[in-house]
Amino acid sequence: MTSFWSITLVTLAKDIRLEWRSKDALNAMLFFSLLVVVIFVFSFDPLAEESRHIVGGLVWVAFLFAAVVALNQTWARELRNQVLDAYRVSPAPATALFLAKVLGNFIMVSLLEALMAPLFVIFYNLRVLGPAWQLIPVALLGTWALVVNGTFFAAMSLRTRSRELMLPLLLFPVSIPAVISMVAATTNILTGEDSAHFFIVLLLTYDVVFTTACLALFETVLQAE
Amino acid sequence: MNASASKTAAPAGIIAVRNLVKQFGRFAALRGVSAEFDAGKFHVILGDNGAGKTTLLRALAGLAHPTRGEISILGRNPRDASREIGYMAHPSLLYDEMSGMENLRYFARLYEIAGDGRCRQVIQAVGLDPELSRPVGKYSQGMRQRMSLARAILHDPKILLLDEPFSNVDAHSAREMVGLLKGMCDAGKTIFVVTHQAALLEGVADEFVWMQAGQIIDRTHRLVRDLDRAVEP
Repeated sequence: MTSFWSITLVTLAKDIRLEWRSKDALNAMLFFSLLVVVIFVFSFDPLAEESRHIVGGLVWVAFLFAAVVALNQTWARELRNQVLDAYRVSPAPATALFLAKVLGNFIMVSLLEALMAPLFVIFYNLRVLGPAWQLIPVALLGTWALVVNGTFFAAMSLRTRSRELMLPLLLFPVSIPAVISMVAATTNILTGEDSAHFFIVLLLTYDVVFTTACLALFETVLQAE
Repeated sequence: MNASASKTAAPAGIIAVRNLVKQFGRFAALRGVSAEFDAGKFHVILGDNGAGKTTLLRALAGLAHPTRGEISILGRNPRDASREIGYMAHPSLLYDEMSGMENLRYFARLYEIAGDGRCRQVIQAVGLDPELSRPVGKYSQGMRQRMSLARAILHDPKILLLDEPFSNVDAHSAREMVGLLKGMCDAGKTIFVVTHQAALLEGVADEFVWMQAGQIIDRTHRLVRDLDRAVEP
């Protein structure tokens, strides 16, 4: 078990170092999210009362699409020089690699959310009418839901010819229950009209089920040709 | 993997393949390869492009799953014997953005090797400087090949599977690499080299394995085939 966590952490540290040096995924995600914010600000009246009702959807759609950029990059760097084969021939557990990739993507997307959230608040003139602290569990559980499935499906589509197209095709349908829960929970918290408790529990259940399934199946995905 | 591929019928000390078939769609890269290779020997695999050399090597490494047939590495299937296998592919299997030392440090942890001592030792063994801080992506092709070899021998494997280790390496460096491999073989390691530069290994290799169209067609002790001899793989 010590070895498992040690390999997970060393792989995570390696990925963070590689991303820090190239900044491929972070830059792409930031620019994409910024564009979404600006385009929607020009498309809607940001001062309108309705913004509280629509911004939950806008935020998560922006983060979902931006996350896809990071998710594709995660595995792309393992394909250069076929480095993934070096991992495959080692005795290191496949699940340690998967968990490290999920944690790396979680950190990246969370960082993006932390940077973009103030912009959404400013541009849409948002004021939270419900319990604001509940946005934290929604953000954490929602981000985990996106990255755990995204990392898994990105690995699955790794060897396909048009993997950048395959990832959203595989990921988005599976993520629908999570996206609905994220959007509904965020809207309920922003408007204060309803409790977000049910959707938070739903997100938690979704995360547990899909994390377990992805961990169980990843060895097969990694060793597939 | 094919269920039968995990059988471990061969005695320990031998690398054996039996009726190994590997198909990519309708193309058969390996067509019923059967052979036993002695442990502790230097085997060179030769053949034209498309003969199945790399596929055989990848199958031995556990990277290509046999469509049919069995592989036994020291009495185990390749996956279970992963600690005993060092694999060097035609691509470097290294991260271009990290230095050689950083790469090896990472791979050392995958084999639960602590500290930098072993990493420094293998980098020096392949004739590179452990203090070299520039990223591998900025290495010359020859340096990259050497670092790739360093990664393959990092965990002191009993079996080395090397795919084109001398490509793009200058003659002097190639001779140094051959000397290193010869020393490892003398120390009891089993070495498989796929190469088109077999002349470098004349007098060093114990056996030349000739492949053609996905099959082993001959095995010789010298770099010449006696074409009058019956072909008995």
